[in-house]
Amino acid sequence: MARMPVQFRLNGSDRAVFVEPAETLLGTIRRGLGDFAPKFGCGQGTCGVCTVLVDGEPRLGCLTLSVTCEGRSIETASGLADGPTLHPLQAAFMEHFAAQCGFCTPGMLMAAKALLDRNPDPTRVEVVEAIAGNVCRCTGYEPIINAILAAAQQRGARRA
Amino acid sequence: MPVNVRIVQGLQEAAEILAADRGARLLGGGTLLVRDINEGVMTEGTLLRALDPVLLAINAGGARIELGAGVTMAMVLANRDLSYLHAPARGIGGPAVRTTATIGGNLFASTPYGDFTTALLALDAVVTLHAGFGGARVMPLEEMLTNRARGGVGLVISVGFNRPAGADAFRFLKVARVRPKGISVLSIAAHLPQNAGRISGARIAYGAMGPTPLRAKAVERVLEGRGLDAATIAAAKTAALEGTQPATDAIASEWYRREVLPVHLGRLLAGETS
Amino acid sequence: MLEFRKDLFADERDDNLHVIGKGEQRQDMLGHVTGRTRFFDDHGFDGLLHLKVVRSPHHHARIRSIDVSAAERAPGVKRVIRAQDVPVNRNTLLSLIGFGKDDEPTLAVDKVRYKGEPIVAVIADSEPEAMAAAKLVRVSYDPLPTVFDVQEALKPGAVVVNETYPGNYFEYHDKYDHQKLRFGDVEAAFRTADHVIEERYQMSPIEHASTETNGTIAAPETNDRYVVHSCAQGLFFSLGTTAKILALESNRLHFIGGTVGGGFGGKVDSLTEPLAVLGAILTGRPVRYVLGREEEMQFGSPRGAERHVIKDGVMRDGRIVARQITSYFDAGAYTRLTSYGVVKCVAHMPGPYTIPNVRGDAYCVFTNRVPATAMRGFGVTGVDFSIEVQMDKLAHLVGIDPMEFRILNAYRDGDMKAHRRVAHNTALIECVQVAAQKSNWALSETARRASSLSGGGGPRAAIPPTVTDESGRIGRPETRQAPPQLTPGAAAPLPAYQAPPAVPVHQPPHQPVPPLPNYPSQPAGAAPLPPVPTPPVPAPPAPPQHGAARFSSVFTRRR
Repeated sequence: MARMPVQFRLNGSDRAVFVEPAETLLGTIRRGLGDFAPKFGCGQGTCGVCTVLVDGEPRLGCLTLSVTCEGRSIETASGLADGPTLHPLQAAFMEHFAAQCGFCTPGMLMAAKALLDRNPDPTRVEVVEAIAGNVCRCTGYEPIINAILAAAQQRGARRA
Repeated sequence: MPVNVRIVQGLQEAAEILAADRGARLLGGGTLLVRDINEGVMTEGTLLRALDPVLLAINAGGARIELGAGVTMAMVLANRDLSYLHAPARGIGGPAVRTTATIGGNLFASTPYGDFTTALLALDAVVTLHAGFGGARVMPLEEMLTNRARGGVGLVISVGFNRPAGADAFRFLKVARVRPKGISVLSIAAHLPQNAGRISGARIAYGAMGPTPLRAKAVERVLEGRGLDAATIAAAKTAALEGTQPATDAIASEWYRREVLPVHLGRLLAGETS
Repeated sequence: MLEFRKDLFADERDDNLHVIGKGEQRQDMLGHVTGRTRFFDDHGFDGLLHLKVVRSPHHHARIRSIDVSAAERAPGVKRVIRAQDVPVNRNTLLSLIGFGKDDEPTLAVDKVRYKGEPIVAVIADSEPEAMAAAKLVRVSYDPLPTVFDVQEALKPGAVVVNETYPGNYFEYHDKYDHQKLRFGDVEAAFRTADHVIEERYQMSPIEHASTETNGTIAAPETNDRYVVHSCAQGLFFSLGTTAKILALESNRLHFIGGTVGGGFGGKVDSLTEPLAVLGAILTGRPVRYVLGREEEMQFGSPRGAERHVIKDGVMRDGRIVARQITSYFDAGAYTRLTSYGVVKCVAHMPGPYTIPNVRGDAYCVFTNRVPATAMRGFGVTGVDFSIEVQMDKLAHLVGIDPMEFRILNAYRDGDMKAHRRVAHNTALIECVQVAAQKSNWALSETARRASSLSGGGGPRAAIPPTVTDESGRIGRPETRQAPPQLTPGAAAPLPAYQAPPAVPVHQPPHQPVPPLPNYPSQPAGAAPLPPVPTPPVPAPPAPPQHGAARFSSVFTRRR
């Protein structure tokens, strides 16, 4: 089977890569392009550890075929920080102990970013709904919810 | 031979490939088919991606609604004219699933998935199937689901239905053990148009109570011509299980589904759902 | 939220600690939030190959034949590994500490004993090719009868699951078909108890469901070594297991890990390490073996099923005078860690209560289920759940508030436990008191004033005459059903456990506490034991400095 060329933007850089026809975006990002931030957890759309943003929308890398991402802009947790400066969500996750084993964290951060990018001042219920597709087996979610709310508050304070 | 992917523009080309190649499957959002690839269930064959814009069309402003098969749950949720479908759309996966999961894919989701189809069934939806050279064939959703169980459907272009009679006339309930996102124990959709306090043309549909979403015709007969009073609801609960054939899976046993269905139906009819 | 109660045991704890009680940033947190933390699968290798196993569709079957020829010819396939390719194809995890017999193959030989047991491994250029080729392996089976219930499996004539243990039970001390605990005489106490009740509790297997599935990447390194990126929770445990199975010197294995995407006990079995390394040896290429989610959920070892039968004798005034627990642990088809879980279970009998007559029997039973393993307090969780539900039932039976019932029966410092060790650092009474306070649960004055530091010891420190028995002797099935035999001479008290001579231990400087009033409902002429708490014995002279011993009793020998 002929491999197929795909071009897209990954965390702001233009990338071109040859993929197997049925290769997932997660596989291309990780093994094709070497960005190991998004994880494989289930391959079924139930855990969310592979969550990335495609044109700003949260998507599951394990269920998205790379050939459908031609020309798109893709963001992963690797691109969140601005050089050495952490994104407010990253800082809040550190401050609020919102990670334990760390495996769900890159996906959780991207689900949270998708929320805050379109809803800068979410309610607690909206935060819970935004990360409803992301499983965390360590923290019990409360520190994560608190961190996302704190990040929103901090960004709001900076805008004011 | 690993799985191949073909990307085509028009529906005609897609239909021809599907007709010629029994190993070809039409790709919606990928939440079902790519999962099968990841698990090694699908190790050969062709995934077909059709880019025809008709698949993404939304016609939701008038009395007759038409939604393309490629419309995603996120697109439904973003459309204010479709607010009555927001509850079933929000019931499909988490936000990252809803950006890809399509109405067309949901029509083919095996039990206990397919809650959006349950809602469409209660809206008396019809599906439009590709019929060659720009032609189309319209089929009641219920008939399409029967064909699906037998293995043959065709290429679904869109679903169509009438806007529900009023804000309170359409109700949807998904019962899951995990909130806010969980796989269905069962789901219930009800369209209850009322005329002078009496129900006329009731449609009740269940998800996860059989091999496909199914109509609760015995309950519909009970409700027909009556008001939604305690006696009617009690009678509906008594008839609730007729025609159901639930399965035992990781989410619930067949016994449990039977036990709780009448309870949830009663609550839905009484307007007690949260 | 976490709360440090400075009012409890204040004199036994330093307040000048630098880390404990203070917030401290995790050292790995920055890596987690930037996505830079490398888990086992987050390593790129040129020429990486992928391994998938063929699993048994039967719970129990004889393997008639295996045909791998079509799989070997399939696109992308580099190597098929069969049982005869595994150098030491029989192992038990705890053999590294000399506990138990080797009973589990890496790839099944002759027979499969559970649904999902690996039979053949296929290595290919890509994961889809490995999965496609695995489907081409033809295995023919003769299905065998199965056993899934622990008590059925122990019956004479039951289907033999695992020939290493032909009675379907793990063999303890080469002597008994179960792990025993004997303290006092439960039968005599049942005869004089006001109430005797027996209840049965059981729990299903539980999957850890960590977000990262089990997996390993192994690759040839310099100097004829292999680098192994492993998900293992116990990295060197896995290294030792892999070295044994592959008959390698352990210094030829360079394990890298410790960064685990959720384990909870589900990553101690070395499910993937040996085959991944063997694949790297046989192909000379990096090999990645990762379980899919369905594999992980169905065939990754779970917390096993347990069944506990608890029979208690209780007096009208609330004192528990006898407790008998019979526990059955479903190990599945192979031992893995269940043998050890059973030992932990018995160590937790009869719960944190001072009961003068205790009998415990716990079985590690083989069935045709997926082998069970460790999971967060395994061996303890199920029996403690059962005991606490039983405590509520007993409290209800005698008409005493369940919180007060626990305070009444709680062990206190100085009490003799059924394992013949003196209880130290007990804190159950205080825990119940705080729980009651937090939940606005009214306690009597007596219960509020109770303390773990007073009322223990004295007569409660005595070791009663103990009835022992020979039930469950290996090779003597008739002893299993037979009633307990009084062993001649066994009625004499067994000696208390003697702690090895050790570095001097700081004794908590107990403050004298006013004597407790007796519990009001104490009737005259009840069973002789347990005595009600007595005033505390004078404390030994206090050591000069701090006394942080209470919360570090496990490590006292290191102090």
